[in-house]
Amino acid sequence: MDASDLAVVARVRAGDHDAFRHLVERHSRSVFRLAYRLTGREEDADDIVQETFLKAFRQLARFESRSSFATWLYRITVNCSHDLMRQRPRAGTRMSLDDPDQGASFQLADPSAAADPLRELSRRQIDARVRAAMRELSAQERSAFVMRHYEGLSIEEIGRVLDLRTSAAKHSIFRAVKKLRRSLEPLAGLES
Amino acid sequence: MTHLTEDDCVLHYYGEAGDLRAAEAHLAECEACRLTFEELSKALQAMSDQDVPERGESYGAEVWARIQPKLEAPAMPPWPRRLTAFFTWPRLVTAGALASLLVAAFVAGRYWAGPAPTAPARAEATPAPTSVRERILLVAVGEHLDRSQMVLAELSNMDATGPVDISAEQDWARDLVASNRLYRQTAVRDGKTAVAGVLDELERVLVDIANGPSTASPADLDQLRDRLESQGIVFRVKVLNSQIKKDASRPLAAPAPSAL
Repeated sequence: MDASDLAVVARVRAGDHDAFRHLVERHSRSVFRLAYRLTGREEDADDIVQETFLKAFRQLARFESRSSFATWLYRITVNCSHDLMRQRPRAGTRMSLDDPDQGASFQLADPSAAADPLRELSRRQIDARVRAAMRELSAQERSAFVMRHYEGLSIEEIGRVLDLRTSAAKHSIFRAVKKLRRSLEPLAGLES
Repeated sequence: MTHLTEDDCVLHYYGEAGDLRAAEAHLAECEACRLTFEELSKALQAMSDQDVPERGESYGAEVWARIQPKLEAPAMPPWPRRLTAFFTWPRLVTAGALASLLVAAFVAGRYWAGPAPTAPARAEATPAPTSVRERILLVAVGEHLDRSQMVLAELSNMDATGPVDISAEQDWARDLVASNRLYRQTAVRDGKTAVAGVLDELERVLVDIANGPSTASPADLDQLRDRLESQGIVFRVKVLNSQIKKDASRPLAAPAPSAL
């Protein structure tokens, strides 16, 4: 638990609204990163950051210090992202996984390989496929995977953020990994 | 050690395997599992290359500048409003349930502890603890079903023309999920499969409400209404609740077969 966050929360609750600025400055970038990973759009992520902090401020009385402020904030971010994703029409944002142009012949990118045009192309292709595959995941799978894979939260913490039992959070990650790997299979297969 | 499944490999990759050393030792000696793990690692590492647009050090200050004018609502209201903030629906409902349980326990305790002067022998011979337990359970489940019906009714009857904030109902549903699970498990343990079935269906709906977005569109509410109607959940909860209340009102001295 971050004691300094709790101290600031206490100040805000006591009426020092400007103290909320410290929380905004401390957590904005991580909230943006999570929102961007969940939505895949920069402008959406910026909107979600604002919405998350506004909600956090208004609901601060509900915050219970059983979990960390960051975990609570992540929960709000995930909910805001889900809301936005549900409102957004999916048809225009979908990308076909079977599009031959998206699956050029190359092997999965080896992070240790020296940067070169082919590697960059591979990286972009994989990136596009992962983004498309992420949109095919359920909201719960996507959130659980993003928080584990990109944000480094433990499965137990993810369970707290998503209000799930640890086993359910774990299985969401398993399902997400399976689906994402399946989306990358054509890329590895073409090389061999 | 047995071979690692793909799921085991995922946990190992993220450093969340239960027995890290055993997994390491197995990977060192089993080529098939090592290959599986290497392929998985490669795929996951490839996914890690995704770019995220950079936000500079001043990003937090920019966000603050944008939201500050909108922060007119106090985060923590003065004490009269703080009291109303404390007495939220879920808290009131939980307090009500606890009070009911206390009353039920008190009433049941009087039945159990105080043998009637005219029939002391009978009172001693009655297997009172079972009846008392059953009575308390019936009252608690009845209260739980009342609260569940209320939250479902509240959501079903929302007349929204645009997105509505249902976070209060979600909090309420979250509280109900925990108690529902307890009652369902008790029903299963006691062999009351019909009761467990209704509670199981109710739990699925409550979990979906609790874990869904905090804002519902009119279409979402319609979808929920359709689901409740098509599965007859509200009706079945009502029937079960009525049966339970009937059982709970029967005299303790002559317990009848109950729904739970």
